[in-house]
Amino acid sequence: MYRVALTAPDDFDGWRAAARRLALASVDPADIVWQVGDQSIDLFGDTPLPAERPGAGFAVPRAFVDLAEKAILHSEPARFALLYALLCRLRGRPGLMEDKADPLLRRVDVLAKAVRRDIHKMRAFVRFREISDDGGERFVAWFEPDHHIVRANAGFFMRRFAAMRWSILTPEISIHWDGEALLEGPGAKRTDAPDGDPVEALWKGYYAAIFNPARLKTGAMLSEMPKKYWRNLPEAALIPDLIAGAQAREAAMIATAPLPEKVPKRQGDVATIWATVRHEAMGCTRCPLHRDATQMIFGEGPLDAPLMIIGEQPGDQEDLAGRPFVGPAGQFLDRALAQAGVDRSRAYVTNAVKHFKFERQGKRRLHQSPDAGEIEACRWWLGQEIDLIRPQIIVALGASAARAMLGKAVTIGRTRGAAIALKDGAEGWVTVHPSYLLRLPDAERQAAEQARFVDDLRMVAERVTAQG
Amino acid sequence: MAQLSTRQKLEILADAAKYDASCASSGTAKRNSSDGKGIGSTEGMGICHAYAPDGRCISLLKILLTNSCIFDCHYCINRRSSDVRRARFTAQEVVELTLNFYRRNYIEGLFLSSGIIASSDYTMEQMVEVARSLREDHDFRGYIHLKTIPDADPALLNLAGLYADRLSINVELPTDSGLKRLAPEKDGGRIEGAMGHLRGEIDEKIDAKRKYKSAPRFAPAGQSTQMIVGADAADDRAIIAKASSLYDRHKLRRVYYSAFSPIPSPSAVLPLKRPPLMREHRLYQSDWMIRFYGYDAREIAAATDAATGCLPLDIDPKLAWALNHRAAFPVDVNRAPREALLRVPGLGVKAVDRILMSRRHRRLRLDDVARLTTSIKKLRPFLIAADWRPVALIDRADLRARLAPPAKQLDLFT
Repeated sequence: MYRVALTAPDDFDGWRAAARRLALASVDPADIVWQVGDQSIDLFGDTPLPAERPGAGFAVPRAFVDLAEKAILHSEPARFALLYALLCRLRGRPGLMEDKADPLLRRVDVLAKAVRRDIHKMRAFVRFREISDDGGERFVAWFEPDHHIVRANAGFFMRRFAAMRWSILTPEISIHWDGEALLEGPGAKRTDAPDGDPVEALWKGYYAAIFNPARLKTGAMLSEMPKKYWRNLPEAALIPDLIAGAQAREAAMIATAPLPEKVPKRQGDVATIWATVRHEAMGCTRCPLHRDATQMIFGEGPLDAPLMIIGEQPGDQEDLAGRPFVGPAGQFLDRALAQAGVDRSRAYVTNAVKHFKFERQGKRRLHQSPDAGEIEACRWWLGQEIDLIRPQIIVALGASAARAMLGKAVTIGRTRGAAIALKDGAEGWVTVHPSYLLRLPDAERQAAEQARFVDDLRMVAERVTAQG
Repeated sequence: MAQLSTRQKLEILADAAKYDASCASSGTAKRNSSDGKGIGSTEGMGICHAYAPDGRCISLLKILLTNSCIFDCHYCINRRSSDVRRARFTAQEVVELTLNFYRRNYIEGLFLSSGIIASSDYTMEQMVEVARSLREDHDFRGYIHLKTIPDADPALLNLAGLYADRLSINVELPTDSGLKRLAPEKDGGRIEGAMGHLRGEIDEKIDAKRKYKSAPRFAPAGQSTQMIVGADAADDRAIIAKASSLYDRHKLRRVYYSAFSPIPSPSAVLPLKRPPLMREHRLYQSDWMIRFYGYDAREIAAATDAATGCLPLDIDPKLAWALNHRAAFPVDVNRAPREALLRVPGLGVKAVDRILMSRRHRRLRLDDVARLTTSIKKLRPFLIAADWRPVALIDRADLRARLAPPAKQLDLFT
C-alpha cells in the first residue's frame, strides 16, 4: 500500500509529482491512499513511493491538466484517486479526453463543473465591508465556499482590486492583499469580520427598487442565488418582505379589480384613442382573413354606450358596406331590439371577428364560421374596444361572440339567460345569433325561438336600466 | 420640496430604470488593474452579483441620471404627463455611487440611462460626463453601458463609444405604427439612423485597431436594443422579423424583449392586459435559435401559430419547429452533421459539441447520450442511437401532448 500525503486540500503540484512517479511505476490506483496532511494512520504498513527517475516522464493532453486543476479543488475526498485513475486510463488511450461519454471522465467533469460554479459564485457574492486601521481604509469580507477554491480565486480579486487593501476571511483560510503581495492566514470565524458598512443601506435601497414586483419569479432567483448564500448577502435579508409585498400587491389587485356595481368610465380623450385604434386595426394582418375580405369592419356606436353587442363577424353585405349589422341579420336584430325596448342608438355594436370569412361558390360568397385561432387573434381588437367603451352590459350573440367575450368555448344552451361576471366588472349575457333564427326551417319553431330571443333582450334592457 | 437624500434619489432613479431588461456585463475587451493604478477588471464572462425576486440578474448599477423627461411616451413611467416623483443625480453623485458599490464588490459597473431634459444634446453630454469622469478621473476599468439618445449630436455618440463598453438605443416598439401611436415624439427612422451610425463607428474602429495597436477602442461590447412586447398589435412573427433585420443590418450584439409591464398611473391608450411573461421567454428562445442554432427568421415564423402569428406558449419554439418538420427526424446521433444535431429539441450547443467529440471514439448508445445531456426523455423521439430507433414515435399524432408539460391552471391575470 502506498500512502501520499498532500500538504493542503488544493495541493495540485504535490498530487502531480506523486502521480507522475506512481504512474511511471504502473502502480494500480487501488493500491494508493491519498490524504491531506501527514498524520499517519498506519494500518497496512506503507510502501515508500517509487523512486523519482530524473528525465523520465510522459505527456498528457493540456485538457487533462486544466480539468485536474479544477477538479482537485472539490471537497469530494475521492477526487485524488479519481484523477489518478483517469490519468492511468489516459496513458493507454490518448483520445480519452475527447470521449465525453466515458463514465469516469464524466464524473471528473462534474466535479470540475461544480468547482467552476463555486469559483464564479465567490466572485459574485463576496461582499466587502470597509473599515479603517493604521494603514488607512481596508475592505474585509467573510465568505463560505463549498470547495477549496479560495487560493485559486485570489488572482481575480488581485487583478480587480489591486490598488485597494483587502482581506477575504473563510473558515478554512484567510487571504490578505496589502496592495503589493498576497498573504495567507489561518481560517477565521464570521465574528472576525466587520458587521456592517454604511454603504450597505444604499445597496439595499437599490436592490429593493430595481426589483419589479409585477413579475415575481422566485424559482429563477433561487436557482442562481440559492439560500445557502443568503446569510452572507446583506441584501438577501430583504427578500422575504419583497416577496410578501409583491403577493400583497397581487392580492390588492384581486380585491380592487371587479367593481360589481359600476364600471368606471375611461378618462381622457376616448374618441381620439378609439379612432387611432380603429385606424391601426384597418391594417390588421393578425390572421389570414384580411387577404380575401374587402375591408376590416370595426364596431360603431356611442363611445359612452352602457351596452355593447357583439356579433360573430361581418357578412357579405357588411363586408361591402364597411359597417357592422347592416345585412339581413342586422335588420332582424334592429327589429328585435325595438320590440324588447332597447334603445339601439345607445348601444355599441361590433363583431368578434372583424373580417368576412367566406367560401366562394360560383358568384356567391358563402359565410363560414371563424375558427378558434381567428377569434383569438381578433380578441386583441375586441379587448381594446371593451376597454375603451367600458360598457356595463355586454351581450354576445352566438357561440363565436361568446368565446370572444369569455376567452373560452361555451355552449349557448347552458350559458343563456343568466348574467356572467366579467373580469373588469361588466356583466355579460349570452344568447343566439340572429342569423341562426333566420335559418331555422320550421316556421313554428322559428317563431318560438325568435320570441325567446326577444325575451333575452328584454332581460338585457332591464339590466341596462337598472345599471344606468 | 425638501431636498432628497442620496438614498431617496437612488430609489427613485433605480425604480425608474427597472423596465430596461438588459443587465449584461459580458463580451467586452479584457482589462484589469493589476498595474496598481485605478480600479476594476473585465474578464470576458459577466458576473451577476445578485438576483432579485423577479429572477433578474443584478450585474450593474442600473439607474437613470434623471427621470424627468420632455417626451410623453405612453408606455413609459417617466413620461411628461406621469405623476411619479422626480429626482436628478449630478454626474459626480453617480460617479461616487458607482465607485462605492464597485469597491464592495456589489456590481460589475454602471448602466446609465436618462430621461431627456432640456435637449437631447444636453442630456447626452451629462451622461458622457459620468463615463468620462469614471474613466479619466478615477481610472475605472469596470463595465460601462450607456443608453444613447438617437437625436443627440453624432460627435457626442462618438465620445460615448470611447468611454463605454456598450451602447444601446431602444427601438421601443416592433412596428412603426405602434411607435407613432405610443411614442409620438420618437421617430423610427432616426432611431435606426443612429444605430447605423454606431455600427459604422464600431466597424471603423475595429478596422483601425487591426492596423494600429494604439487605435482607441470603440464600444468593445457592441450595441444592443430593446423592444416592448405586447403594448401594440405586433405578433411574434413581426417581432422576430424585426429583430432579425436589426441583427443583420446593425450587427447588434443583443435584442432584449421586455413584456409590457403594467405601470403605475398608466396612459389611456395602453392595453390593460399584460402579455404573459412566457411570451417574452419564448421570444428569447427564438432569439437564441437565430443566434446560436442556425435557424433563420423565416424558419422560426414557421413555428408560430398560423392564425395568431405567435409562438406556442406551452412548448418551446425549437420543439414546435421540430413537430412541424417531422420529416427532418429522427437524426442519427452517430452520423448527423452538427447543424442537424443542433435542431434536435433538447440538445444544446454544449451537448452537441460533446456528442461530436465522443463519437469519434465510440458508437454512442442511448445511455451515452444520457450522460452528455440533461434529459433524455425529450430527445428520444428525435434521435437514432446505436441501440435505439424511435420507430413509430416520431409519427404519433399525440407526440406534442406527450412532450408538452402538463397543462396548468390559467393565471387569473394574464
